[in-house]
Amino acid sequence: MRFKVNGSDVEIDAHPMRRLLDVLREDLLLTGTKEGCGEGECGACTVLIDGAAVCACIVPVAHAEGAEITTIEGLGGDHPLQRSFTMCGGAQCGICTPGMIMAALPLGSKPSIDEIRTGLAGNLCRCTGYEAIYRAIQEA
Amino acid sequence: MSTQSPSVAANGGVVGSSTPRVDGMAKAAGTARYVDDITFPDMIYGRTIRSTIARGRIRNIQFDFGPDDGFVVVDYRDIPGINVVTLIEDDQPYLVEREVRHMAEPILLLAHADRERLLAAQVTIDYEVDEAVLDASLSTDVMDTVHIERGDIDAGFAEADVIVEGEYTTGHQEQLYIEPNGMIAMCADNGITVIGSLQCPFYMDRALRAVLGLSRDKVRVIQAETGGGFGGKEEYPSMIGGHAALLAWKCRKPVKLIYDRVEDMLATTKRHPFRIRHRTGVKRDGRITAIDIDILVDGGAYVTLTPVVLSRGAIHAAGPYRCDNVRVSGRAVMTNTPPNGAFRGFGAPQTLFAAEVHMERIAETLGMDSVTLREVNLLLPGDATITGGTLGADASAAEVLAEALKRTDFRTRRDAMKGTNRGIGLALFFHGSGFTGAGETKLASRAALELTAGGVRILSGTVEIGQGMRTVHSQIVADVLGIPMDDVEYAEADTLHVPDSGPTVASRTSMVVGGILERCARELLEKLGGLSPQEYFARNGALTVSKHYEAPPHLDFDEKTYRGHAYGTYAWACDVAEVEYDPDTYTVRTVNLTAVQEIGRALHPVLAAGQIEGGTAQGVGYALLENVVMRDGAMANASLTNYIIPTTLDTPRIDTVILENPYAYGPFGAKGIGELPIDGPAPAIVNAIRHLGIDIRALPATPERIMEAACASK
Amino acid sequence: MRTGISGLELIEPGSVRQALQLLRDEPDLTPLAGCTDLYVLLNFGTLAQKRFVNLWGLPELRGISVVDDMLRIGALTTFADIMASTDVQQRLPMLVAAAREVGGVQIQNRGTLGGNVANGSPAGDSLPVLAAADAVVVLRSVDGERRVAFSAFYTGYRQSVMRPDEIISAFEVPALEGTQWFRKVGTRAAQAISKIVMAGVRAPAPRVAIGSVAPTVMRLPRTELILANGSIDDAARMLEEEIRPIDDIRSTAEYRRRVSSNLLRRFWTDTSG
Repeated sequence: MRFKVNGSDVEIDAHPMRRLLDVLREDLLLTGTKEGCGEGECGACTVLIDGAAVCACIVPVAHAEGAEITTIEGLGGDHPLQRSFTMCGGAQCGICTPGMIMAALPLGSKPSIDEIRTGLAGNLCRCTGYEAIYRAIQEA
Repeated sequence: MSTQSPSVAANGGVVGSSTPRVDGMAKAAGTARYVDDITFPDMIYGRTIRSTIARGRIRNIQFDFGPDDGFVVVDYRDIPGINVVTLIEDDQPYLVEREVRHMAEPILLLAHADRERLLAAQVTIDYEVDEAVLDASLSTDVMDTVHIERGDIDAGFAEADVIVEGEYTTGHQEQLYIEPNGMIAMCADNGITVIGSLQCPFYMDRALRAVLGLSRDKVRVIQAETGGGFGGKEEYPSMIGGHAALLAWKCRKPVKLIYDRVEDMLATTKRHPFRIRHRTGVKRDGRITAIDIDILVDGGAYVTLTPVVLSRGAIHAAGPYRCDNVRVSGRAVMTNTPPNGAFRGFGAPQTLFAAEVHMERIAETLGMDSVTLREVNLLLPGDATITGGTLGADASAAEVLAEALKRTDFRTRRDAMKGTNRGIGLALFFHGSGFTGAGETKLASRAALELTAGGVRILSGTVEIGQGMRTVHSQIVADVLGIPMDDVEYAEADTLHVPDSGPTVASRTSMVVGGILERCARELLEKLGGLSPQEYFARNGALTVSKHYEAPPHLDFDEKTYRGHAYGTYAWACDVAEVEYDPDTYTVRTVNLTAVQEIGRALHPVLAAGQIEGGTAQGVGYALLENVVMRDGAMANASLTNYIIPTTLDTPRIDTVILENPYAYGPFGAKGIGELPIDGPAPAIVNAIRHLGIDIRALPATPERIMEAACASK
Repeated sequence: MRTGISGLELIEPGSVRQALQLLRDEPDLTPLAGCTDLYVLLNFGTLAQKRFVNLWGLPELRGISVVDDMLRIGALTTFADIMASTDVQQRLPMLVAAAREVGGVQIQNRGTLGGNVANGSPAGDSLPVLAAADAVVVLRSVDGERRVAFSAFYTGYRQSVMRPDEIISAFEVPALEGTQWFRKVGTRAAQAISKIVMAGVRAPAPRVAIGSVAPTVMRLPRTELILANGSIDDAARMLEEEIRPIDDIRSTAEYRRRVSSNLLRRFWTDTSG
């Protein structure tokens, strides 16, 4: 299977039905994407496929063929969202944070509070009550 | 009393300012390492085989694999030490010997290098099934009782003009940390090392020594970055850590044992269900003359921490109100369900829910404004709590109530909403900081500071679980020493290197452990004699200052009589919830929640707000959404699809107001903050639903329950 | 993840034609698309099927167009595609409303209309819309196409007239007269399974379809008749008789009954004038 991850070409030999999440974490050692539930409910495994947010725990790696995948590692560690999450309390325990940031990316710059709440409705956080996450996205 | 402003620290230092979270970037970058991100060479995988009955005995066990198929199998006979999870009662086995007491009880452990083979293995267990006790009200197996009595309860009722009774119930709640439980265990030098997701490394250290029969120097526990705990990783990790350790001990390879979400929800601890009965005597002018409360707690199959949950629930049961004639009686009983355990609030969310809904009903019975009823009875400095402890100047019930009323324009808006589909409700509440009574003294927590070439390093056995501990402790130390935050390091939570600072629970981490670190820093400052840490280190080499917990002088609680100051201080709060009701679907939407919370001192305003907002959201879930459906002694909706926590669209906008009324014995005046926020939303929301004319006395207030109540009142 | 992946097989067809040949010739082959239901079942270890054919990359099965006043939606159209389509916004706004409520963004980006229908859950969010719109299901096999009225598609709980060698290739929705209405009552505000899901069309011949209250999505012919000729009160009473709700892990029969009745009245009030 051939696809791009964070801008780099990847070629792997994996069972086509392996979860994209497992291929990222175990084969490519990109452990920034997390598993919170395995049923596509919590969003902790959110990555972008061709710019669209999906839950990697319910995507077969076969569907990554020819696509551009972006994971949290692709943001370089100095993205405005990463900085604002750090400053505004958007990350507490941090387990939902990579997925949250990835889901926030497609919202573009200066999304409205309603756009943020709707765009992140598929990402569960148990620590923050979401307020600091909204602030982080608005400040980014 | 001050309303804290997040931008400027009063002393010019870092305490009181929202300095960047020291571990924030690693989390935002995805480089923070949680247990499932960690692997070791030769590591194999573990699996727990659990009972499929609620009560009975094991007759026979069969495997569909043989001794040469690469499986490691561990049962109770493989336990080198004692088959008991070290906690309060020593009644819970790591692995069933013969008698099963709850569904999903661990029976044996498997491990294999190939995860698919591990998963595919079939273990067939024959049971003799016994009848299970599933209804707490019918259980005669009492785990513990509590009794608080003060004044003359009969005289109090005789004095009353009106007596109001009520029964209130709360269900289980699942902690739902987004990272499930997980451990990696490996042998080293005839000892064991366990890395995992946990809140209390030293609880696990003690448990591992007992189950493996090892001395202190042979056990090492390292906390991995932990994705949420909320109490669900207070005592439970001893079980899963013990299991991983037993497997590693047998096969001498690293073993990773991670629960998937279904297993985690099915098998691990939950908040205790409570049934609370109130009987209150009150005069026409609103003064409460007698409080009589009966509490029934469902402990599940084993004791775990139930006595302490019952105790804290009882101590908070009367709410933040004054009354000279009080009786609180409670018992916790056994049922054949998975044992319940620690969850943020620890008994107080349950009893404070009952107290505050009951206050509303008392007001209704008297034809009185429930705000006025509260104003008449709330505890003031100088008043005695139900255990007879006198409150100091740092008691803030009146202030938080006044601020909440002002902030939300409560009375005016309450009147304006009459006859609409909007409701507004209020809850006044408090939470004792730190362990009850002599608990902290018994813990004898220790923390230390050591000099490094670059500054100082904090050595603490209480851990970061998202609340911001690394940052807050660093702020305290930096300010006392007068050094920049960048010069303060925080040691990894490794029992080999850090002292036992006590568990990361009970709203104690800032107040108690932060307080010990403050004193360490003061002594270190003296010893530095005007030199910077770096200068001293360069000239004289290493230096460590270590200190123990010191109890404040007024902490005089008698555990036998339940008399005296149960806590050094309380934090106080008032929540106002505004709801919108859809009569077509009987659904309540929380539109706004104002949380006025007095916490002594906001050491880090953003992190403090984070605790308040996060705890509030969990309280909203507790109030409306989180329903553990039990069938035949097991959770029938054990998946995130069917056990629902609030999404962004379910969580109200939260208006947080922090008030500060310093506690003399807290670092920089800080009180405990972690649990207070979860005590208020459920009663505030249910009282808002009452305002709509719908009588709810049970949690969660699901649409189905609301429909029943709404149609009944027609 | 409770299913051993190595025991599964995924076949990549080069075209729709090839996929159809495989479905005819290979035993026990299941089409796989967005995977938003399928992988959840794999995760829980409850999926019986082991062999799959991957339809995801076949462009013939995507696309939204209007031909002869008929809205044609390819089976692989995602809910995100539906929300973004001006054709659907103009002609079938109740489908856009339904798409908005299907899970969060991540699910909307992957879940397909064909998958929602083929999965056949009685709680499927798009099903009442297609039922109320009198959509036509276009089924395809190596033998060609056949069209089945949506009302005739389901035969029982998760059972349909689809043959094992067929796939859904598209949906055809004729022009709809009247005001469209949609409501989902989920277990929470977002990312929720429906407890009741209803679609309605206010027209001289009103239409009401409802899910999660019977083994399949249902139209309510007797209720519709009364709506056309009688009072809303009588219609609400008839609805309560027509539906067959049950108690389950998410809700109760009583709740579903009352709320459906309330929603019918709400539909009627919202679409009057």
